[in-house]
Amino acid sequence: MSREGKTKRSILPSGAEHRLLREKSRSSARALRQIPTVYVALVFLFLYAPMLVMIVFSFNGQNSTAVMDWNLSFRWYNEFFSNRELLRAVRNTLVLALLSSAIATVIGTAAAVALDAWKKNLTRGAVLAVTDIPMMAPDIVTGISMMLLFVFAGGLLGQRAILGFSTILIAHVTFCLPYVILSVLPRLRQTDRHLTEAAQDLGCTPAQAFIKVTLPNVLSAILTGALMAFTLSLDDFVISYFTTGSSFQTLPIAIYSMTRRPVKPTIFALSTLILVGIFVLLLLINAAQARSDKKLQGAKK
Amino acid sequence: MKKNRLIDLRSISVRLGGTQVLRDINLYIRDKEFITLLGPSGCGKTTTLRLIAGFLQPDAGDVLFEGKSINALPPHKRQVSTIFQRYALFPHLNVADNIAFGLRLQKKSKAEIAKTVDEMLSLVNLKGFADRAASSLSGGQQQRVAIARALAVGPRVLLLDEPLGALDLKLRKDMQLELKKIQQRMGITFVYVTHDQEEALSMSDTVVVMDGGEIQQIGTPIDIYNEPINAFVADFIGESNIVDGTMLSDGKVRFSGHEFACLDGGFERNESVDVVVRPEDVDVTAPEAGMLRGKVTTNTFKGVHFEMIVDIGGFLWMIQTTDYHPVGEVIGLATPPDAIHVMKKSQYSGMFGDYSCFTEEYYELSEPENDDP
Amino acid sequence: MRTLSNTARRMLSAPYALWSLLFILAPMLFVVYYAFTDKSGAFSLDNIKGLTGYAGVFGRSVWYSVAATVICFIIAYPLALCLAGMRERTQRTLIMLIMLPMWMSFLIRTYAWLCLLQDQGIVNGVLERINLPRIHMINTPGAVILGMVYNYLPYMIVPLYNVLSKLDKSLLEASHDLGANSAQSLMRVTLPLSLPGIASGITMVFVPSISTFYISQKMSTNNISMIGDVIESQFITAYNYNMGAAISLVLMVLILVSMMVMRRFTDSDGEVVV
Repeated sequence: MSREGKTKRSILPSGAEHRLLREKSRSSARALRQIPTVYVALVFLFLYAPMLVMIVFSFNGQNSTAVMDWNLSFRWYNEFFSNRELLRAVRNTLVLALLSSAIATVIGTAAAVALDAWKKNLTRGAVLAVTDIPMMAPDIVTGISMMLLFVFAGGLLGQRAILGFSTILIAHVTFCLPYVILSVLPRLRQTDRHLTEAAQDLGCTPAQAFIKVTLPNVLSAILTGALMAFTLSLDDFVISYFTTGSSFQTLPIAIYSMTRRPVKPTIFALSTLILVGIFVLLLLINAAQARSDKKLQGAKK
Repeated sequence: MKKNRLIDLRSISVRLGGTQVLRDINLYIRDKEFITLLGPSGCGKTTTLRLIAGFLQPDAGDVLFEGKSINALPPHKRQVSTIFQRYALFPHLNVADNIAFGLRLQKKSKAEIAKTVDEMLSLVNLKGFADRAASSLSGGQQQRVAIARALAVGPRVLLLDEPLGALDLKLRKDMQLELKKIQQRMGITFVYVTHDQEEALSMSDTVVVMDGGEIQQIGTPIDIYNEPINAFVADFIGESNIVDGTMLSDGKVRFSGHEFACLDGGFERNESVDVVVRPEDVDVTAPEAGMLRGKVTTNTFKGVHFEMIVDIGGFLWMIQTTDYHPVGEVIGLATPPDAIHVMKKSQYSGMFGDYSCFTEEYYELSEPENDDP
Repeated sequence: MRTLSNTARRMLSAPYALWSLLFILAPMLFVVYYAFTDKSGAFSLDNIKGLTGYAGVFGRSVWYSVAATVICFIIAYPLALCLAGMRERTQRTLIMLIMLPMWMSFLIRTYAWLCLLQDQGIVNGVLERINLPRIHMINTPGAVILGMVYNYLPYMIVPLYNVLSKLDKSLLEASHDLGANSAQSLMRVTLPLSLPGIASGITMVFVPSISTFYISQKMSTNNISMIGDVIESQFITAYNYNMGAAISLVLMVLILVSMMVMRRFTDSDGEVVV
């Protein structure tokens, strides 16, 4: 570089050289400002490349996930909607997610309320440490540890094929519980202690004060916890894989067994449907959020 | 007098987390009275309030309401309402629902609730705010909602825990007047907790000065100011020069090397006492005409008057005058008999009243507030 | 004094206490029990001794997941910095878009990469069209690490972004004011202050990476096995629960050690910044 630079400099008259340098630095400053945008775009390309592949191939005219036939068709969507096994897996997944998040929300909220009343001591520390285990332990360890417990229990009960709906339900409730507790507990901590006193002062019994004042104030945290539990349950594959049997298949497990063989674009059609569904849902949530933000600002004025 | 005693606290002691917060408190509160519990933070005034509200039970002693013990009565069954320091408005309810909260619990009819809410909103000058979210209001407005909410349930006693502490000075003055007006219009008892002596003097019928979990003095604002019982009260309320003295006989006291006539009596001969002289009660004279003589060490202009620190034989006095005396000038000082107040020696003797370490003393007083529970 | 009397409130924790005893603590004890017994249930150290046969797998797993974590950090930190500098609305939308792929099953996401990278796959198809030689990509360590980076990158971005976007801008101004240039400010102010986010990002990428089993299976067409693959095969195909439990125990120890190291570095009280 150095030698080349020298020869160039000697060729150009000094005034022109300056102008060129200034122009260069100006355009390089402009380029510098573009770097973040370019970089973000590149990362998004990386994140979305497989999504794109998936969406395109879901309309593939032929049965392949490697070669694209641009005679687009909906046949893989049709095939998904006529695939009984997959549809049952979708239903199973939804039922499981609803049930497990509901149970986890009730037990977890009760536990958070109890923990909030607890002074900082060893018992409370121990309970919180146990709560951390499912969040810290890798899914595969949680999965096999529960499998060991269920198989052992099955041995005691004389049931060889114990793995199924009840075991996967227990497993899902277990890994959802910490998320509910850790969502509700901090909000309870933040709630002004004087609020419940004010309620009692105005004539509430302690139980009424809890229902009329404490609960409404932590409701959004409870809902957040429930939503987290719901999506975690929908998405879980690893723990489900070890804690359910052939009698109860969820969607991730159905997908897993499909991808063991060469795959038809059907699962891409399914994934595209899920992606579109989630995208619409997120747009709605975002719009609702923006609207409530605006409302809040309006009220402040 | 005895008849209109509404609340009686009898020999009350409270321990919280291993510290004695209240020690043998005896206090009665009359019906329709504006009574203020005044003291530095940590003195037990808020604890006393929570005891009356029912959020705390005494370890010893009784809380009587109209002569009956209410020790075991839970807060929601007591005829008292509280205004909390940070208002404690329910963030999930709007202004009207906050005010209606207690009324709904009383199972009042809809029409009745609407009427009371309306009345309360106009009482606190918040008409037209009914549908606003509690969190969208300013501090002063939230304060008014809290008052309206507490008064709506028709309490016999309103307990106010430093209600104006979070407001700025101007707003605080306005609210003081308004609170006093509301108390007179509603004709109910106010129990007011504050550490602001000026607030206490200007609003109260009765002031209770507390320190270290004990009541130091109970009296009207004028009594408390003019006849403080010990060095703590004298120092906490207003500015005071507190000097060591000797009571020679009734009406005769000696301090700072001079013999003074005074109005106090009933002490033993040559009893050692604390003498209080308020800075505004000292007259400046020519050096040779004064009973005492001192040198001006600082002089600060305060608007209404000048505030001087004067060195009198090594003891620094605060003196307020309307005339200007430059630093270094030697002046004479005179005190009429009614400006001298003699107090018995107490545990507080020697702790207050010397202005030699003006700023540091202020430090010591304000520092414990931080580690207050 | 609180709303309900404290004893009444504490009773509410009974269902959870019972649940966590039965389904969190007991299973963990079972892992330990199985690791130290043989098929008949008698005490045995055979499984622990047998672990030496898996030393290669352990080494590979640690190496791959460390590589994946480092690459995630290198990609994510500048990205989070860029995001934090953008307008708030843009930030919110972009973060939402980063989270969006995570709502897809990771099985499908990984499979899509297989479609892209395999020898007869899309990338090679494109290369062939433009007359370039095909590249053998699948079934290499690079492919496995790419699978991990792709799947867990958002777990690194989100905590970093959370810390960086909340960073007090006046701190940077103060640092410039005191004579630091941009690079010095980054090294001396931004980086140290984002340590909690870095720690939680590293944990959130390292833990799933080292324990994964599907990604390595797909991206190496079953040729490169990691700890997760070995555990899975012990439980699902070999039915050797005791050996599987012993390997899981090693995995737990590896993760505990890494967490302790992280905690030492950040000195935080273990709060997860999500």
